[in-house]
Amino acid sequence: MKNVLKKWTSLSKNSRDGFINYGIVIVFFVIFQSLLSTKSLSNSLSGQLVPICVYVVVALALNLVVGISGELSLGQAGFMGVGAFTGVIVSTCLQSSISNGPIRLIFAIIFGAMIAGIAGLLIGIPVLRLRGDYLAIVTLAFGEIIKNILNCLYVGVDSHGLHFGMVDIPSLGMEADGITIINGPMGAVGITKISTFLAGIILVILTLVIIQNLINSRTGRAIMAIRDNRIAAEACGINVTKYKLIAFVTSAAIAGAAGALYGLNFSTIVPKKFDFNTSILILVFVVLGGIGNIRGTLIAATVLYILPELLREFADYRMLIYAIVLILVMLVTNNEKAKQLINRVLVKLKLRKAKEGE
Amino acid sequence: MSEAKKSTLVDVPSKVRLPERDLGKMPVLEVAHLGIDFGGLTAVDEFNLTMGPTEITGLIGPNGAGKTTIFNLLTKVYQQTRGSVLLDGKDTHGMNTIQVNKAGIARTFQNIRLFDKLSVEDNVKVGLHNHMNYHLPSALLRLPTYWKEEKKAHEKAMDLLKIFDMENLANVPAGSLPYGAQRRLEIVRALATEPKLLLLDEPAAGMNPSETAELMENIAKIRDTFQIAIMLIEHDMNLVMNVCEGIAVLNFGKLIAKGTPSEIQNNEEVIEAYLGKKKEV
Repeated sequence: MKNVLKKWTSLSKNSRDGFINYGIVIVFFVIFQSLLSTKSLSNSLSGQLVPICVYVVVALALNLVVGISGELSLGQAGFMGVGAFTGVIVSTCLQSSISNGPIRLIFAIIFGAMIAGIAGLLIGIPVLRLRGDYLAIVTLAFGEIIKNILNCLYVGVDSHGLHFGMVDIPSLGMEADGITIINGPMGAVGITKISTFLAGIILVILTLVIIQNLINSRTGRAIMAIRDNRIAAEACGINVTKYKLIAFVTSAAIAGAAGALYGLNFSTIVPKKFDFNTSILILVFVVLGGIGNIRGTLIAATVLYILPELLREFADYRMLIYAIVLILVMLVTNNEKAKQLINRVLVKLKLRKAKEGE
Repeated sequence: MSEAKKSTLVDVPSKVRLPERDLGKMPVLEVAHLGIDFGGLTAVDEFNLTMGPTEITGLIGPNGAGKTTIFNLLTKVYQQTRGSVLLDGKDTHGMNTIQVNKAGIARTFQNIRLFDKLSVEDNVKVGLHNHMNYHLPSALLRLPTYWKEEKKAHEKAMDLLKIFDMENLANVPAGSLPYGAQRRLEIVRALATEPKLLLLDEPAAGMNPSETAELMENIAKIRDTFQIAIMLIEHDMNLVMNVCEGIAVLNFGKLIAKGTPSEIQNNEEVIEAYLGKKKEV
């Protein structure tokens, strides 16, 4: 025990924080899994477990852009949508060849992440030349473009392979045995649900590993340096566009992976789900959790996603209370005086420690 | 400017002069006929300077003379309209800020530009960025190369912070450092990029006399330890005259004098630029 403690204190603060985050997720999993197996969870809440994981992952991914890279992106739901529909297509195509659900899910998530990452790259190259408000508006527009493309996308599969179209299902020209996978604004129907809570938790932990290891590397430091002072970062020989793009594409790919998990959790999924409102919802998680704060995002996304469920008994007043809670949390966490006080104490402690070190 | 004043400019000696120990070595910086126009305004014109590989040069002049503009030209924040800059014999034409830094020019800023939310140590590690040899995948998987390179970077950062006795501040956010310490951290960060030429933009601004005295010692120490050339813009004449081996004086974007500290102190035109013309009775 003493050895463990010694090792713990010898770790840097960053890695300690990281391990605490993994611990929180595992504890969360153990609690809910045991509640689930003893059937003491309400139906509606147990149905929320996978979406919670999905939104935690997407919010963590957005935190990478908003908090770590310091750029406001309002198109996160678009990448999630790309991942969801890619996942559904991949899963449906593999249904005959791979009957094992989890393996199919892994393929779906990998492809979802890849395609969303490519979408992120294609959008990021032109968009990341902009900064601040302009970037936010353009990402918003691209998110809507993605949603609208998904809205008029028709995909089917038959013995000849995949068919894509933008008009309607008959014009795809499929054989008689063809299956419709995505039916325009109706979305994907008849999806085999293969997402599980365990898969969700694994994805959350993987996301944490990726983001935390990224932040504590030269790449992460470069991204944060650009956030803090772009001109100085350039003077230190850091390629601004490259590192912004790395943050943006990683974020899009992770959102795509989460989207694939999301898509395969329901029997139907419509493109409208991935609109501006969802992007804002994700941004709210990040902002309330504290921009750039990983643990905050983790907790805020979980609590705020469950909250409307817990407020069901208030029936009509549900969204009103939700809004009031949001406002209160915002007021408390963004109180300048409270913030200054905490900052002053922290800095003083650190300076004192440094002096004692002398 | 009157015609008479213009004609005296030609008389300014622009021949190459280097410290004795740098004789016969390749100059680290050769600037010839450097100039830049912003629209119709000529901010810098006909700037010539040669620096030895271990020379400390001061760049002085009244406010608005174009000193920082010259730093921005050397680091390619601006591209020159005329003239050439050779770094270690290589033309820097067409390079950008990042390439120039990799080629060996590092700088500090007049208005401090630190990475405020990063710790002091991380600020230095950002400077070490291009000298760390691992890629993103090995960082994500925490491969041995990641640990090895991070450990090396940590030790290097601590060594560099020791120059200014700042190693015990390593975990403090850079933004919460006192003013003087922020200026020193900027120098450390610039040094971390392993430059051949270090540009210091008013390093003593806002420092008290004892801090300035310490800075003077440290500038000389940095030159001796790292064997690099240092060019500094400074208004503290005591610092400039004590530390610099060569001084270039700018006024209205033009080089009006170049020489050793004692030559500059007695140069008529320099005195005139700073104090104004003697009234003829």
